[in-house]
Amino acid sequence: MAVVRWKPGFFGWHRDPFSEMNRLRREMDRIFGDYAGGRGIAPAAGVFPPLNISEDDSNLYVRAELPGVDPNDIEMTTKENNLILKGERKIAPEGEKVSYHRRERDAGKFRRIISLPTLVDADKVTAVCKNGVLTVTLPKAVEAKPRQVTVKAE
Amino acid sequence: MADKDLQVREKQELQSEAEYTRPGLVFNPTVDIFESEEEITVLADMPGVASDGVTIDLHNNELKISGEVEKQGFEKERYLLREYDIGGFHRHFTISDRIDQSKISASMKDGVLRLILPKAEKAKPKRIEVKAG
Repeated sequence: MAVVRWKPGFFGWHRDPFSEMNRLRREMDRIFGDYAGGRGIAPAAGVFPPLNISEDDSNLYVRAELPGVDPNDIEMTTKENNLILKGERKIAPEGEKVSYHRRERDAGKFRRIISLPTLVDADKVTAVCKNGVLTVTLPKAVEAKPRQVTVKAE
Repeated sequence: MADKDLQVREKQELQSEAEYTRPGLVFNPTVDIFESEEEITVLADMPGVASDGVTIDLHNNELKISGEVEKQGFEKERYLLREYDIGGFHRHFTISDRIDQSKISASMKDGVLRLILPKAEKAKPKRIEVKAG
């Protein structure tokens, strides 16, 4: 390897070569993390149901796929900064006369607690269950909403 | 059974020999299939599929079930946690019995498809009378 005297600005590097290497490593992590099969999916917490949590400026959204769960069998409570999701999936017996070819669907109870990343307005939380997908909308508390700050010239 | 806690099961992505031309993920729905003397019933978990998003195709004893999902969420949302993927559903089965195609019925409730396939009445033995000519 040839020894090249380091000059600022040489090869387009402006700070130091290590920052460029770090940037490259981060870039690789990003590419492989996102596209190599993982698709950015977080390792499951091992608790039913798996959740997708997202946010926009005014709300937090918690979603879960709960096919075959009667919305009346879902119980939700918010306590401080936690959301507790409890419920039961019931599968009615089909009677003695039938015989099974496949039986892959499970019945049972679930309970999961999620710590929310921001404060929410607990009185205005709404939940909808549509086609077996539960969506909980949690409006952010006033303190947690983004606010624009104007910089005054003096 | 009732006291059992539900375990997390990862959604199984469809491994198909046919290539999909449409973008998006496709999963295998979990199913229960049982039969009685009169009919075969298929229950399939397809969360996010509305009743008009289901396609059922029965051809030459091959039953195909597909479901298209509606988009979950709005454009402006940012993900904080993703533990499951969203995608359509597809699965196919071979049905051994003869099915009366005209009486097939299907319904969707809370993301579960219930498909009832009534068995065709077996060809009853007919007595042929021989007339004296």
